[in-house]
Amino acid sequence: MNQMNRINGQPLGGTEATGAPRSGQANRLSGGQIDHAKTLNFRFDGKTFQGHPGDTLASALLANGVRLMGRSFKYHRPRGPLTSGSEEPNALVELRSGARQEPNTRATVAELFDGLEAMSQNRWPSLSFDALAINDRLSTFLTAGFYYKTFMWPKAFWEKLYEPIIRRAAGLGSLSMETDPDLYDKGFLHADLLIVGSGPAGLAAALTAGRAGAQVILAEEDFLFGGRLIAETYRLGSGSGADWAAAAIAELAAMPNVRLMPRTTVIGAFDHGITGAVERVSDHLAVPAAGKPRQILWRIYAKRTLLCAGAIERPIPFENNDRPGILLAGAIRAYANRWAATPGKTVAIFTNNDDGLRTATDLIDKGVSVAAVIDTRPEGKTLAGTTHLKGATVIDSAGRLGLTGITVRLGTGETRQIACTALGVSGGWNPNVHLTCHQRGRPVWDAKIAAFVPGADLPPSMSVAGAATGDLTTSGALASGAAGAVAALDALGITARAAELPEAEDAPVNVTPFWYVKHGKGRAWIDQQNDVTVKDVKLAHQEGYRSVEHLKRYTTLGMATDQGKTSNMAGLAVMAELTSKSIPATGTTIFRPPYTPVPIATFAGRSAGKDFRPVRQTPSHKWAAEQGAVFVEVGMWKRAQWFPRQGETHWRQSVDREVLATRNSVGICDVTTLGKIDVQGTDAAEFLNRVYANPFAKLAVGKVRYGLMLREDGMAMDDGTTARLAEDHFVTTTTTANAVGVYRHMEFCRQCLWPDLDVQIISTTEAWAQFSVAGPNARKLLQKIVDPGHDISNEAFPYMGCGEITVCGGLRARLFRISFSGELAYEIAVPTRYGDGLIRAMVEAGKQYDSVVYGTEALGVMRIEKGHAAGNELNGTTTARNLGMAGMVSKKKDAIGSTLSEREGLNRDDVLALVGFRPVDRSRPLVAGSHFINVGAEATAANDQGYMTSVAFSPNLGHSVGLGFLKSGGARKGETLRAVNPLNNEEVEVEVVSAHFIDPEGDRLRA
Amino acid sequence: MRYSGFKVIKEALTGHKGWQPAWRDPAPQPHYDIIVIGGGGHGLATAYYLARQFGQHRVAVLEKGWIGGGNVGRNTTIIRSNYLLDGNEPFYEFSMKLWENLEQDFNFNAMVSQRGVLNLCHTDAQRDAMRRRGNAMRLNGVDAELLDTEGVRRMAPFLNFESARFPIKGGLLQRRGGTVRHDAVAWGYARGADARGVDIIQNCEVTGFRIENGRVKGVETTRGFIGAGKVGVAVAGSSSKVMGMAGMRLPIESHVLQAFVSEGLKPVLPGVITYGAGHFYVSQSDKGGLVFGGDIDGYNSYAQRGNLPVVEDVCEGGMSLMPMIGRARLLRMWGGIMDMSMDGSPIIDKTHVEGLYFNGGWCYGGFKATPASGWAFAHLLATDTPHSTAKAYRFDRFLKGLMIDEKGMGAQPNLH
Amino acid sequence: MIINHPLLGPRDSQEFIYLGDANLIERPDWQAANAVETFHDYLYLRDNPAGEHRELWYHEQGDRSWLVVTRNTVTHEISKVELARDVARSKGRSK
Repeated sequence: MNQMNRINGQPLGGTEATGAPRSGQANRLSGGQIDHAKTLNFRFDGKTFQGHPGDTLASALLANGVRLMGRSFKYHRPRGPLTSGSEEPNALVELRSGARQEPNTRATVAELFDGLEAMSQNRWPSLSFDALAINDRLSTFLTAGFYYKTFMWPKAFWEKLYEPIIRRAAGLGSLSMETDPDLYDKGFLHADLLIVGSGPAGLAAALTAGRAGAQVILAEEDFLFGGRLIAETYRLGSGSGADWAAAAIAELAAMPNVRLMPRTTVIGAFDHGITGAVERVSDHLAVPAAGKPRQILWRIYAKRTLLCAGAIERPIPFENNDRPGILLAGAIRAYANRWAATPGKTVAIFTNNDDGLRTATDLIDKGVSVAAVIDTRPEGKTLAGTTHLKGATVIDSAGRLGLTGITVRLGTGETRQIACTALGVSGGWNPNVHLTCHQRGRPVWDAKIAAFVPGADLPPSMSVAGAATGDLTTSGALASGAAGAVAALDALGITARAAELPEAEDAPVNVTPFWYVKHGKGRAWIDQQNDVTVKDVKLAHQEGYRSVEHLKRYTTLGMATDQGKTSNMAGLAVMAELTSKSIPATGTTIFRPPYTPVPIATFAGRSAGKDFRPVRQTPSHKWAAEQGAVFVEVGMWKRAQWFPRQGETHWRQSVDREVLATRNSVGICDVTTLGKIDVQGTDAAEFLNRVYANPFAKLAVGKVRYGLMLREDGMAMDDGTTARLAEDHFVTTTTTANAVGVYRHMEFCRQCLWPDLDVQIISTTEAWAQFSVAGPNARKLLQKIVDPGHDISNEAFPYMGCGEITVCGGLRARLFRISFSGELAYEIAVPTRYGDGLIRAMVEAGKQYDSVVYGTEALGVMRIEKGHAAGNELNGTTTARNLGMAGMVSKKKDAIGSTLSEREGLNRDDVLALVGFRPVDRSRPLVAGSHFINVGAEATAANDQGYMTSVAFSPNLGHSVGLGFLKSGGARKGETLRAVNPLNNEEVEVEVVSAHFIDPEGDRLRA
Repeated sequence: MRYSGFKVIKEALTGHKGWQPAWRDPAPQPHYDIIVIGGGGHGLATAYYLARQFGQHRVAVLEKGWIGGGNVGRNTTIIRSNYLLDGNEPFYEFSMKLWENLEQDFNFNAMVSQRGVLNLCHTDAQRDAMRRRGNAMRLNGVDAELLDTEGVRRMAPFLNFESARFPIKGGLLQRRGGTVRHDAVAWGYARGADARGVDIIQNCEVTGFRIENGRVKGVETTRGFIGAGKVGVAVAGSSSKVMGMAGMRLPIESHVLQAFVSEGLKPVLPGVITYGAGHFYVSQSDKGGLVFGGDIDGYNSYAQRGNLPVVEDVCEGGMSLMPMIGRARLLRMWGGIMDMSMDGSPIIDKTHVEGLYFNGGWCYGGFKATPASGWAFAHLLATDTPHSTAKAYRFDRFLKGLMIDEKGMGAQPNLH
Repeated sequence: MIINHPLLGPRDSQEFIYLGDANLIERPDWQAANAVETFHDYLYLRDNPAGEHRELWYHEQGDRSWLVVTRNTVTHEISKVELARDVARSKGRSK
């Protein structure tokens, strides 16, 4: 169904809406692509206006006689729109209110909707009276880069005085500081041909490619398709340009292989043909429809991209060329023809080319008075119906908040005042090469149109058609669009026939370069938003900032929200003149993505707030939540941190209880988050022997061994246990944090280092729910759920044993007699879907032993009490030797990391060693992150002896215990040191002790 | 010419006729005592301190394009000295002290703005590591404060405390950290060096070294041979290319780091804030733009541009941490080429060629190091001995096992 | 970027994890006399060319293949994608 190019259901095209100008819309004309029959109310700076569907905020304000829409960045000069499109530098407003407030919104592309609210910005107290306009009076002091030369004394004043003032004055619009309530989405599209822009070239290309059956995406940043076709009055074949565009769109909309995407800006051309595009799904509505996103970021994978982005008109700087009412000539024409609005009742035109004349003709046809056409060219055809002044220039303008008149210097040298309320300026057209530069392509100079055109170094799958190539005629655009599509599809092996094209105008633009008006001593604006004038460019040249990049950075030319789309050329031209070089020899400025600014929220999509990253839940999560567990983030996992019971008001009460109950009876903990890797094959043992520093070849079936894995640089990478379930079958575990990285590393070893080892690995982290059951009653508890027939007595199933068993009446399970807590302990694994059932069964079985389920805090306390290294110790800078495990690094075999761990710097006598610490005053807590200083030594970096990595309160010992790295630590047991924490201005005397605080002999775990 | 407020006023009242070029545009001389290759921040700072501090005036800086066109012109402008390790912290603090007096020293307002750098943490383990780092800073005499959640809230109430995927547990604050107007650093050093006789030669690309009997004699350039007693290379981003001409393979990979700026906004951020649970750091420039960045794209590249996945990743981090920026628009993105070293720390050292010196491997922390890097490199070039704060930045530290690995990522440059 | 996986066809590079120079396949002999030096060169030194670069990518969000991708570091153009296992074997690596 053709829903394109309709406004509120009204088809566009030749339907000349009638309806006289409404009261209040003093500058509303007839006709155009707006629905005069419907009225929309909107507010600007608190005042209510009326407009029509099809209006932008800018066109509606102009129709209402409002030209003043903003203030410039630096001098706070009054400004109105310069353009009618997304290249707009001046008419920036804060759109909407509350949490949806959108600063710096270009009124020229903000689609009007009923109830739209906008406020002007960067002014105080009001748009028409702005106190900071004082800057304009002081402009002679505030030239380019003045701030680099002053504000240096006294030194302390920068942050305290100068900078706060500058910061408050700077900036443009403001954020609401509230969380955006809207949704943003991301999507992926694939196509043979992406066509960027739907002017004559884009439509001709789309018809050609669509009829050939290719998968086509036609992306148009505007809400209407047609580009300049809907802003011009010339005929295409027998009808208007808008008629032809509407017919083309209707045909394309009926093709299932063509996707029409209005309100979609292609923002960047990235590698390998991937383009980014932003679809503004709901920006034309008061609020997005329920469940609909505000915008979508599309990643488009197109085999070919045809850029049909048209051209952008450039102004001619002259003194005071920035007043509200001074627009580009093409923009005035578009406002009149498409939006039935004029910025003034009496318009003058200032041009160096024939296209500017077209604006005068169209305005006259629309009944707007054209006071004069000021043409820099002394020769050429003469326009009828107005005063056509040849060889003349505009040298000044008047009107504080809006244009009231201009001063013209005639070819004879005499000056003339001309009263007008709008001026259309045309300095020629720049092909819109933006996307061609995104992969560092450089445009080349085309003297024929005095502009840069796309160079040969386009992004690999991109080609260009239409005005973007520098062919500025409609007939040329149509032909090159069709031909561009044929060529692009030909490269894909798709045969296409160029669409038959209507007859269209092919008048040359006849541009004679005229870069700026030299007359006068005042300021002529080049970059209107950032207030960069011709004088500023001259000053930059005088001070040696002559490279284009220096010019840009020193003056801020082209750095505003429009990225210099209308200003870069003039800056370059002035610099070229000053250095007596040609423009191309002076340089080009290339463009970077995005084509137009994109909300940060759009790039984030749904990955914001709580949904920033996915949540992984353990198999016992539901049960833990039922118990009121407190959860903690461990990577993407949520793990139970502790399980508060009634009456417990402090986390320590819960944790101490869980620890004591485990050590005195039995505790259960979900350890599913530990990585699990299944290793199988006849060479599995040899493989593990090489990826772990310690030997694995001789591990017996039915046994488990602790493994220390090193990186190739000799640093500890990870540790865990590996169980041998069969001769050719191992199950290895990793830490939670390193599960992914270890698996990746093992695949690297397997595929890249030893490709012919017979070994297969697979991550089974998600496949098995695994629980630790620890404490003196662990076996008794397990015996209640392990099926009879599986003997798990100490004799049959000793410490470091493992085996496959069944539980709860036939459920297959794996049992490992391993201990992280230092207690008699097992880890039991069942298929993940039974994890919830198993925790419930074990809790039930444990009731008679007053068992607990413990969280990560109690787990941490017990591992510190036992002296096991964990993440805080395996910090990527510690070796086996630092960890007290040098003996595990076998010298008899090759293993990852063993060679480089021999380097001298890692084996000095005073290297850090992991030891335990306890406070001399047992009532004092220890603090992780403290540094060790010898008693009597000054607390300086030079005296730093090491640092505390992990601390816990040991409910078994009744005092704090800590682990830490200490220089020559192994030899310093018994020594007293100071653990200093200057961040808190505190220190604690500590004794160096063994890291094994509980059961150093290991009797408990073998019980 | 001395810059001052008085001078600005005087020039304004007399038509700005008196301003002189900030630096000359000299033709290369046949021979210099010292040539510095690379007219970026580090190269220009080296030349400045060679002249100002070490009495070397027959010095040239050779720049293949325009000065300040490398990473000093494309970064997120952050300065800080909040490092953990002995090999780094004194060096970065030396740099910070130089920043604090830089503008008066080289008479150019680089807008050194010490509005604070706040690193957030989101887990207990992160907080422990942060405390260790903060205490290391304090033991080095550097300012550091550890904030709890409430402390962070007081500084930055707009952060996502209510519905965060990774709750904010606190942060390490260095109040003396902040931002600097990056281009001005290059220009200030260039102007200061030029005024002290250094020749800054732009559009002069080095195409080879002339090495005789193991000693460097000068450089071949696109503007002819230029003789030199010593040559210092400070071309981060292109280090491997340039040192390859002297037959060296480096412990460095080139990676692209993207950075982003939003449209101008009225002030919203107090200083620099970095997210600890995603790749996102941000400050607000004096012009009002949010200047932000994240992780490197992660693959070797000399392309000075990145790809969409990282743009999205960075913005996701931003939206997770401070959702009030959602309707601010990202205005421009760019990519810089980083010398990613094998332990995340730089190299300032002699080479196997006598008279040839190297400065590089700055990863994406080079901007804040600019003053100290220049000073230390000048020290090495002028005296043949390392500066006291840069002694650890040796080539042979990898062979000896003396890596300076702040993040503990090992020999994996794209993770530093 | 798009990586044309030899088994799975074109995939977005976002599915992959990058490691670095494909020379990391050529792990030295641990029993050589100067093993520490050869391992140092292997692990720490890089050609880091501006131009064609052979590099290791891992299809983490896919089939877990390690690939050797030949990619131009200036243009990002990919000219060849091979299974790292095949490359390793061609370099004489086996068990």
